[in-house]
Amino acid sequence: MTAPLLDRLPYAQFLGLQSRIDGADLTVVMPFADKLIGNPMLPALHGGSTAALLEMTAVAQVALSYPRLRLPRPINVTVSYLRSGKPVDVLARARISKAGRRVAHVVAEAWQDDPANPIASLTAHFLLDEDNE
Amino acid sequence: MSDPFLTQMLPQLAGGAAHTHALGFAYEGLEGDRVRIRVPWRADLVGDPDTGVLAGGLVTTLLDHVGGLAVWVALKGFQPIATLDLRVDYMRAAAPGADLLAEARCYRLTRHIAFVRAWAFEVSPDDPVAASQAAYVVNSDGGRKAGANLRGKPEATA
Repeated sequence: MTAPLLDRLPYAQFLGLQSRIDGADLTVVMPFADKLIGNPMLPALHGGSTAALLEMTAVAQVALSYPRLRLPRPINVTVSYLRSGKPVDVLARARISKAGRRVAHVVAEAWQDDPANPIASLTAHFLLDEDNE
Repeated sequence: MSDPFLTQMLPQLAGGAAHTHALGFAYEGLEGDRVRIRVPWRADLVGDPDTGVLAGGLVTTLLDHVGGLAVWVALKGFQPIATLDLRVDYMRAAAPGADLLAEARCYRLTRHIAFVRAWAFEVSPDDPVAASQAAYVVNSDGGRKAGANLRGKPEATA
């Protein structure tokens, strides 16, 4: 078993992301850190840090399910912010709705206390490398 | 141009919070209703170490943030705002090793919602790396006090 993909991506490391792989499913944890704060008055996480967590989770899930030589490249992403991110850990999971030969459609959600109350959701398309391993 | 909001607070809002400070976001200026910020290239902000290109998630953060600044420009001052949603199209890979700039414009402001478009690029917004379309909720705290998001419940209707 090789090390989780996110362990070798610099920006994932900057965000402190940790991968928990259970069979085919991946959960990514972004442990709380002061440097993730965007609104010091509430205080709340910067929405961008949550969006980056969701995007990295989607990339890692696609790479796990569809191993290719190159990483899946984002075509577009849409993030909806549902609740403000409290200064605690965030978890995220992604589900691949459809993967064709070139494009994968992915949805992901991020939550804190309760997966049923997500703080943000992501819908994204990724371009898959056509070269198989 | 001696409005202290524009000369002092806007640059502070560009890179003054913990996250934007850690990312190195810097204010670049305001031209009409278009505001610009920069993120200097750094090795630890790279997405794919095989390419040296800044991470997509970082570009999303840059566009989200510059869009917020454009809302404050349209409001002519600071008010609590919150991103409602944000769509980013990645047109091409950013140049490896290059700083990224982002420019945003709030093209419609209503009592509750601000609509914003933004672009990320190395040199000119005519040749964008990514473009975004976003909506922000204005006066998002609805008069709630600091720490209101830390308490349980009645946030469900937000």
